[in-house]
Amino acid sequence: MAQIFHRSANLIARFSVLALVVLANLALAGVLLIARSPYITNERVSRDQPVQFSHKHHVGDDGIDCRYCHTSVETSAYAGIPPTKTCMNCHSVLFNNVGYLEPVRDSYRTDRSIEWVKVHRLADYVYFNHSIHINKGIGCSSCHGPVNEMPLIFQASPLNMQWCLDCHRHTEKNVRPRDQVFNMDWKAPANQEEIGKKLVAEYKIRTVAELTSCSTCHR
Amino acid sequence: MLDLPSLANDMNDQPNKNKLRILQDSQVHDTLHDRHDDHEDHEEDTAEREHRLDLATVREKLREKSGKQYWRTLEELAEDPHFEDLLHREFPRQASEWDEAVDRRDFLKLMGASLALAGLAGCGRPDIDHIVPYVRQPDGMVLGKPNFYATVMPFGADAVGVLVESHEGRPTKIEGNPDHPSSLGASSALVQASILNLYDPDRSQMVQYTGEIRAWSAFLDAAQALATNVKATNGAGFRILSGTVTSPTLIAQIRGLLAQYPEAKWYQWEPARADGVREGAKLAFGRNVNTVYEVEKANVIVSLDADFLASGPGHIAYAKQFARRRKLNGPNDTMNRLYVVEPTPSVTGSSADHRLPLRSSDVELFARALAGKLGIGPGAALSGEAAKWVDAVAKELQKERGASLVIAGEYQPAAVHALAHAINAALGNVGTTLYYTEPVDGDAGNLESIRDLCAEMDHGKVDLLLILGGNPVYDAPHDFDFVNKLKRVHTAIHLSPYFDETSAYCQWHVAESHYLETWSDARAYDGTASIVQPLISPLYYTHSAHAVVGAFGDKPGLSAYDAVRAYWTEASVHLPSSVDSGWRKWLNDGVIPGTKFAPITPVLKFNAASLPAFQPAPADQIEFIFRPDPAVYDGRFANNGWLQELPKPVTKLTWDNAALISPKVAQKEDFVHKVQSRGGEHGQVRSPLVDIELNGSKVTAAVWTLPGQAENTVVLPLGYGRTRAGFTGSNKGFNAYVVRTSNALWIASNGKMTATGESYPLACTQYHFNMEGRQILSTASLAEYRKNPNFAHEHAELPPKDDSLYKEFAYPGYAWGMAIDLTKCNGCNACVVACQSENNIPVVGKDQVMRGREMHWIRVDRYYANSESATSGKATGDPSEYNPTLDNPETFFQPVPCQQCENAPCEQVCPVGATVHSAEGLNDMVYNRCIGTRYCSNNCPYKVRRFNFLRFQDWDSPQLKLMRNPEVSIRSRGVMEKCTYCVQRINNVRIGAEKQDRPIRDGEIVTACESACPSEAIVFGNANDPNSRVGKLKAQQRNYTILGELNARPRTTYLAAVRNPNPELEKA
Repeated sequence: MAQIFHRSANLIARFSVLALVVLANLALAGVLLIARSPYITNERVSRDQPVQFSHKHHVGDDGIDCRYCHTSVETSAYAGIPPTKTCMNCHSVLFNNVGYLEPVRDSYRTDRSIEWVKVHRLADYVYFNHSIHINKGIGCSSCHGPVNEMPLIFQASPLNMQWCLDCHRHTEKNVRPRDQVFNMDWKAPANQEEIGKKLVAEYKIRTVAELTSCSTCHR
Repeated sequence: MLDLPSLANDMNDQPNKNKLRILQDSQVHDTLHDRHDDHEDHEEDTAEREHRLDLATVREKLREKSGKQYWRTLEELAEDPHFEDLLHREFPRQASEWDEAVDRRDFLKLMGASLALAGLAGCGRPDIDHIVPYVRQPDGMVLGKPNFYATVMPFGADAVGVLVESHEGRPTKIEGNPDHPSSLGASSALVQASILNLYDPDRSQMVQYTGEIRAWSAFLDAAQALATNVKATNGAGFRILSGTVTSPTLIAQIRGLLAQYPEAKWYQWEPARADGVREGAKLAFGRNVNTVYEVEKANVIVSLDADFLASGPGHIAYAKQFARRRKLNGPNDTMNRLYVVEPTPSVTGSSADHRLPLRSSDVELFARALAGKLGIGPGAALSGEAAKWVDAVAKELQKERGASLVIAGEYQPAAVHALAHAINAALGNVGTTLYYTEPVDGDAGNLESIRDLCAEMDHGKVDLLLILGGNPVYDAPHDFDFVNKLKRVHTAIHLSPYFDETSAYCQWHVAESHYLETWSDARAYDGTASIVQPLISPLYYTHSAHAVVGAFGDKPGLSAYDAVRAYWTEASVHLPSSVDSGWRKWLNDGVIPGTKFAPITPVLKFNAASLPAFQPAPADQIEFIFRPDPAVYDGRFANNGWLQELPKPVTKLTWDNAALISPKVAQKEDFVHKVQSRGGEHGQVRSPLVDIELNGSKVTAAVWTLPGQAENTVVLPLGYGRTRAGFTGSNKGFNAYVVRTSNALWIASNGKMTATGESYPLACTQYHFNMEGRQILSTASLAEYRKNPNFAHEHAELPPKDDSLYKEFAYPGYAWGMAIDLTKCNGCNACVVACQSENNIPVVGKDQVMRGREMHWIRVDRYYANSESATSGKATGDPSEYNPTLDNPETFFQPVPCQQCENAPCEQVCPVGATVHSAEGLNDMVYNRCIGTRYCSNNCPYKVRRFNFLRFQDWDSPQLKLMRNPEVSIRSRGVMEKCTYCVQRINNVRIGAEKQDRPIRDGEIVTACESACPSEAIVFGNANDPNSRVGKLKAQQRNYTILGELNARPRTTYLAAVRNPNPELEKA
């Protein structure tokens, strides 16, 4: 009986087997990449807000400290979104009749809250605490990025577990002097690792084993 | 026969909750009946799966026993091979049979569809969320940080001081207030659970007039019109009915009304309060007084049917004081001694060093005999055990003059109270271990009150009846026929938190505010007054008693706040601080300084010889006694799921009440239950149903055999059988009020019990999580402890520490640990509800409890023990013979949360790493990783893991969302959960400490169970620190681990129970 396949089919078959393995791996890698991609993590996506609030203007141009609005960032788990009253502290005088601030004035008049769209969204089973990070020398910009350059706020980091653990495993890479925590322009110096190790000791930052225990973040 | 829709509801209770709730009560009832019938259908194949208790065999077996042994159920004691077989088989023979409502085909279809859809559900990007900040943020509020406010929970003739945790204005958790005399920092199961009542979706939400919704203003107008009418007759037809009121403001308001309408009258009826206390005081002193005990100062305490550790005014404080005298640091420490004479095992009786079961009516005989021995009155003759007892007790009381205490039980008649007063006076205890004050709650007679009111209603003398709280249609004495008399009242107004049995017969119904929603005030058992301050504005259109009473006065529309302020403006004249200067501090502290009643010294005018001769009831007469239920009390907590599902302290029954009978009666009448298992879990017990005929009425009740119950005593717990309690509480158990009449409010003897031949399923948790005969409890008497301080370690050989395949972990920092002192634990259950409240633990329902699926993270096991002397007597199968092991066993309680093992067996078997160890030795449970294999639970030797078989948590009711603790994840179906040592509290305290760069202080982290415990039996802390409280406890010789031979090395350890029996009674 004559051969159905040409001899070269053997090669094709071998390649096909290889290709199957490669494809399967690529598919898996693809799924994992997509899961980590900004498409899923919502990184770098700015949202339509009731008021097009610009951090660039308030932080970058005006130099207002983070804590003027996010008052509880040093004391509580939540940094705190300012009440309308905080906006009106200035805007009852400044730009007090511009149209795009009408939602703010309306909120203040009618006692109805402004409904901001959430940008930084952690999974519900993660119990993140702002105050301890701030107190241990983790700067705002380490997670939130250069807020002073963002006309519209967006999420600058993936906020997934791997990203959290990267830092919990290597605290020395991100820790900075406490007086630099709110400094948006702070850049890690060349000898960060060396300084970081010193700061970790000085600030009594917990060990990797402690920081990577499940109940540190999940309960 | 098979009613698919209702069974589907059964299977999937939670999602259908709302649907079910709109069904009429009767239909819900039918559903339950269908379920019941369904079991009957399967009757033929249950023979292999059930076990019938044989009490005669138990008695036979006891003859052969020697040495101390512990048991939890009568079946265990019987050592019946069939029952043991039932236990040992993980999957009973028919477990593979499908006994669910959905058939196999449908099940596979559903599974297929679920599998296909489950993948999709996991995909997708997160939804868009909103952040809704305040417009003007309240001062002092830090988002994410709870605030605590002091207030008090008024309860009967007491008020318990509490600190309520509030998250952004939502009260979520109740803690005791250390500055309040009724709490001393602890709380009780009822106090803990009261927060669920606030958020109960079944609460009445508005004012109604003959079933139609009305505005509050309409009620105010109507009230004024009615007031004008009664004014014309000077209030002749105006009657007010309330429960016990200790609110000074409300008392003043009502007195103000009575002054305005001189012919009007105020009656008080509280179904679970007895007149014996007041009558006894009158008999002894010629006037009503309030007795305050100083339990801590007493070396010897004799309780005459008084459950002072778990019920009645001041019981939390008393439990705390009592336990402080049971604190053992070493074998040389001393303990107080407690003797209890009681008809039915109570929490107090279960903690006693000596307990004598006597019929309720025979307690008076004992009291007379005891008084006689102490030279008061002619005494009385006792026989048997009691005679031996009374000598020893009298001798000991004589020895401890001035440091002893005799407490008479609330439900005992006046003579017992008078005798107790006389004995205490004769022993010189007045002024040391107890003192007297003016009464806290006025002088109104309870029974008299409701009798007079009913007579007046019957004669058509009542035109306007204002019912402030309470539920008299349900709970008034049955012979008064309150319903029909109420129908003769022209206008009845009912203020009530639920639209209940009474509301249905009143023209006006005003929804009552919860104590966390309104301003008020209340006095504690020692007279200390506190302001009740609201934590939240009313969730619905509800109002307080102050506003309702105010509506009939000359200032209608007066707010509760104004009423309270107005009262205290006047009343604070004699106080150290005035309303203006002290108000904020009063609110902050939760007590008003200077309001505690000063001791008075009433003159004893009692002559014991003048008591009428005592006629003991015939020995074989069965006595029925009524008691408020430990969980739902008089019925007011019937719709509280936490309390319904809370295993009652001694019986461990849930969701039902049962007529409690002694083993002797059970054996004689053949009223014994059968243990069943179905579908792989054990936990269902079928009890015979009996008809109880009493005082001309009849009620059908399931019976429950209770070791330690006095012979010929039947306890009928009140508070069940409600018809309009709400979704959770309606049609549960039987209504004992139906057979309760005015001539026999607490003790009835003219009744009979007859078997109906039917049986009823009861959910008893003591059949779950059986430890299969392993020695996990360790007890000794004080004498034994002194002789052998190491007794707790003799029963188990501990493996060497390195005897493990896994490598040793070091815990250089904190090592969280817990020590539970079994000497102090009295089994009151406060910890169980506190844990449920703190950790968002769902309620599963009776059907699921019967499958062993209750979710409590901490359970309190009840053990009986037979002493060696108890087993040596001659024993035959004859029911008339008294065997202490069966008829009066020693009782112990053991709370069991997750043991947080260092070599945790659960961790080794989890395929997905959902339960792993933390660096501080916590056995972490990661819900979002758990895929529900349940391997961990199978491998847990302590049976402390709980699995969400269904979606138990109510995800839909918006009210319940407000209640949940935002610091703890809500678990869904298919997820394992367990005690975490309140890791949220650990983390919050640690973050606080780290921000201040200091170590966590000892006692800074308080777990929910520890904080609620009135006995201070649970201590949590850093076991690495030998100077911490927990470190010191763990260093004691009494400290032992349960199942230590497994080398799991639990972080939760126990301090063996030590009792302090009288050697004289012991050797006899």
